[in-house]
Amino acid sequence: MNILDFNLPLVALLPFAGALLAAYAARFNRLAAAYTSGAVTLATLGLLTPALSLPFSGETLIQSWTWIESIGLHFAFRLDGLALLFALLILVIGLLVIVYARYYLNPKDCMGRFFAYLLMFMGSMLGIVLSENLIQLVIFWELTSITSFLLISYWQHREDARQGARMALAVTGAGGLALLGGVLLLGHIVGSYQLSDVLAAGDVVREHPLYLTTLGLILLGVFTKSAQFPFHFWLPHAMAAPTPVSAYLHSATMVKAGIFLLARFFPVLSGTPEWSWLVGGAGLLTLLIGAYTALFKHDLKGLLAYSTISHLGLITLLFGFGTQMAAVAAIFHIINHATFKASLFMVAGIIDHETGTRDMRKLNGLLKYMPHTAALAIIASAAMAGVPLLNGFLSKEMFFDQAVSASHASASAWMIPVLVTIAGIFSVAYSIRFIHDVFFNGEPIDLPKTPHEPPRFMKVPVDLLVIACLAVGIVPIYTVAPLLDVAVTGTLQSTLPQYSLALWHGFTTPLMMSLIALSVGALVYYRRHSLFAFHERFIAQIDARRYFNALLEALISVTLKITRSFDKGSYQHAAFWVILASVVMGVGGFMTVSAPLFGERALLPVDAVSLLAGLTLVIAAVLTVAWHRRRAVSLIIIGVVGLVVSLAFVKFSAPDLALTQLSVEVVTIVLLLLALYFLPQTTPQETDRLRLGRDALLAIVSGVAMTLLTLMVLTRDFAPISHYFIENSVPGGGGSNVVNVILVDFRGFDTLGEIVVLALAGLGVFAMLQGLKLPAPTHNQEGLAWNSDNHPPIMQTLTRLLLPLMLLVAVFIFLRGHNLPGGGFIAGLIASVALIVQYLANGIDWTKKRLKIDMHWAIGFGLLIAISTGLVSIGLGYPFLTSAFTHLHWPVVGEFEVASAIAFDLGVFLVVVGATVLSLVQLGKLSKASHPAEHSTDSSAEKI
Amino acid sequence: MEILIAAIIGILTATGVFLTLRGHTFPVVLGLTLLAYAVNVFLFAMGRLTSGLPAVINPAQGGYTDPLPQALVLTAIVIAFGMTAFLIVLALKARGELGNDHVDGRTDGDLK
Repeated sequence: MNILDFNLPLVALLPFAGALLAAYAARFNRLAAAYTSGAVTLATLGLLTPALSLPFSGETLIQSWTWIESIGLHFAFRLDGLALLFALLILVIGLLVIVYARYYLNPKDCMGRFFAYLLMFMGSMLGIVLSENLIQLVIFWELTSITSFLLISYWQHREDARQGARMALAVTGAGGLALLGGVLLLGHIVGSYQLSDVLAAGDVVREHPLYLTTLGLILLGVFTKSAQFPFHFWLPHAMAAPTPVSAYLHSATMVKAGIFLLARFFPVLSGTPEWSWLVGGAGLLTLLIGAYTALFKHDLKGLLAYSTISHLGLITLLFGFGTQMAAVAAIFHIINHATFKASLFMVAGIIDHETGTRDMRKLNGLLKYMPHTAALAIIASAAMAGVPLLNGFLSKEMFFDQAVSASHASASAWMIPVLVTIAGIFSVAYSIRFIHDVFFNGEPIDLPKTPHEPPRFMKVPVDLLVIACLAVGIVPIYTVAPLLDVAVTGTLQSTLPQYSLALWHGFTTPLMMSLIALSVGALVYYRRHSLFAFHERFIAQIDARRYFNALLEALISVTLKITRSFDKGSYQHAAFWVILASVVMGVGGFMTVSAPLFGERALLPVDAVSLLAGLTLVIAAVLTVAWHRRRAVSLIIIGVVGLVVSLAFVKFSAPDLALTQLSVEVVTIVLLLLALYFLPQTTPQETDRLRLGRDALLAIVSGVAMTLLTLMVLTRDFAPISHYFIENSVPGGGGSNVVNVILVDFRGFDTLGEIVVLALAGLGVFAMLQGLKLPAPTHNQEGLAWNSDNHPPIMQTLTRLLLPLMLLVAVFIFLRGHNLPGGGFIAGLIASVALIVQYLANGIDWTKKRLKIDMHWAIGFGLLIAISTGLVSIGLGYPFLTSAFTHLHWPVVGEFEVASAIAFDLGVFLVVVGATVLSLVQLGKLSKASHPAEHSTDSSAEKI
Repeated sequence: MEILIAAIIGILTATGVFLTLRGHTFPVVLGLTLLAYAVNVFLFAMGRLTSGLPAVINPAQGGYTDPLPQALVLTAIVIAFGMTAFLIVLALKARGELGNDHVDGRTDGDLK
């Protein structure tokens, strides 16, 4: 098996597995989490390595598995040049961030949680960039929203972290929803969700009437994620995250996911005026707003946040130009921005870590305290400003060049180079501020800590990134060129356009623009004080967060109003409306049908006994209601209803049901009697006549509706689907009791589900009664004291004698169940009754001493046996729960049939016994627990 | 006979619904028990009523009743028991935590 057949999904999924590992490792040693994460990242990189050479030789690696064919969902991954570039950025910068974070986090922070989130986030990002299927891409996209929420809110105790995270999630989550819509439309237009098909169908998409809608929805996803105007406001608030998170999310990953999508869909969606206006317009506005605002942020990370917004705008604008050369510049700037911005965030983190503040009004003159860090910061900021010999200069030159080319597009397009230069000026100004304000400009002002250089390895990641900035800036041909080539080819999905990475192109317009930006930028910084005053007075008050919060609050209050108009917090109210709604919908549905109400089927004659039984049931049901306020009486009467129902099952050829109903009836009545002990013995008179009348009316209407519905069905013939079961019961299931064979064989999976529910109910009862103390009544309603007789000896003796007999009956019913009425359910109920009778007659203590089976184990074993029977058939190559049977010849007894289904039925039996006995005995114990004082050996007033 | 069964289902539904809408826990549990009977008999009746033809393979027998609704109802009966047990214990828990047995945890009875 070739590793190139399956390595891509592993690359995306390994970090998720690693997250568990990191969280687990942190239990032993907090640093172990960091090392584990590093190792996982290296391993992921190692898994990717064998595939790295393919895109360079012009191949696109696709690994695809069918998932849900009918909706076009494939589990499919793809590695082309663009995916390769992003995967490398995610992994390499991720690794550096992990090293950095190991030193950044302080001992109070939970390492396991941090690295687990970080790895999950990394996996989600890798999933986005490596996805071949678009729906799968959206799934990973949503995962990045969720994991980034966790990362931003990592310091949960801080309110700003929680709010920032919530805002990021709301904005990017809403965008994700729009993206899903866009992707679904795109898939609809192309007829496939596979990226290969979509990329090849650019013309079809662009000429389709739904193009604009699709583009709009996808761009909503892109702009929210990449913090483009007007959705940029979440990004600065996300700075509440720990700095390694910011360094990762806002340089190479999260916000670049939107940019990645722009690049991914560039061949499909670009090249139309709509694209240029929407993408270019958003990009240009974001570029300007970001660059302008960054200058006025006093918080180091705030400055970097707005600078990030501005650079994202720059990249978006480049894609908006729509030319091939612009795409080259955009990809190049993605790489450069990732390197210098990651290092700048790390520097900000170091400064914060070593001085205790990020406020540039306090931070001054740090050069002499941390010269090494200062050097790194200066180089990285220079790259950000676009100073020659650094990587930022090269891509910014290309950007200016594209802006100049775009200026010929229309009459007013001459503004583009001008506006772009203005953005460049501010970019230079804030870069200078980052350096001058922090490392020069006098002495620090009351810092919380005395600054000094950070630990050696905290600087190593920054060192490496800064070296990359220099290397790319000085010798681009030997460093970044191959990667850039392959990434551009992957983006454009066509041949590479001619471009030059040379440092010197002569005295061109772009160079002039660069020089203007650098010199005027320095001037702007020099004259910053008057600008600051202007900004404080007019602009600083505009806070997008206020509008966002107002919108959010309005939304919450509207939804609350809607909810409250339905849900008044009353069960009675809700139940009434649910029942009324079902009656109205049911009746309404039948109103539309024109067929006659009743069919022609011949009816069975009524005999006197049935009529009598029916009347008994009706009287009992009515009396249950009439006397429902006297609870014990109504409980006894409802027992009559149950008995008549089981008689009806006998009459109409359902012996299994009759047996089940009968034994359930016994257990239910005992259970309700036990519970009734702790509840008031009577229900108070209701005074609300209107409600009584209303409920009675609804009850009568529902009853009549059910009667009519039953008659409508019963007077018509039907074609049952049961012939298969009847014909195959003996040859296929090895049993002649078809009902039991259906339960344990044909529909065994359903039965498995049902015993799981029963097991959960039993355990739920147990859990709820744990530690519950209820006041036990000492007197009944008439004021008589509860009888405190001992357990009556005759009953004791009798039940002890009866136990083996009852168990024998249970075994008998169980064994014959496959061929004659009986089976695990019924046998289980009979056995439960047998055991419960012992508890009732002899008391819990006495019985517990002699019956040492823990009913939890019975439930567990039952489920285990039932499931393993199913697994055995899988193991033998049959579908889950296929039964096998054989005929054994036993001496004396003769031929005997053994079906594997009997093991399954044993599981059913055990679960039924376990859940039933557990519930009832737990209730009985409750009465013991509620009489702590009077109890000793003669557990007298004990009810059970 | 079909009319009798239909009437029984109707009565069980009506009484069940009425009790389910009461304000105290115990009648609600009784009401749901009655509703469970109604639903079980209804489901069972969907296989049509046949007398004396149990679905146990026997060559001497002329035909069989529909076994599928029976299998469904059999588990439904047991599940209904599980639900009743859970519900009544929930009622006890509510009584323990809230000090009354009103379904909404109110102490002012049925005044409202």
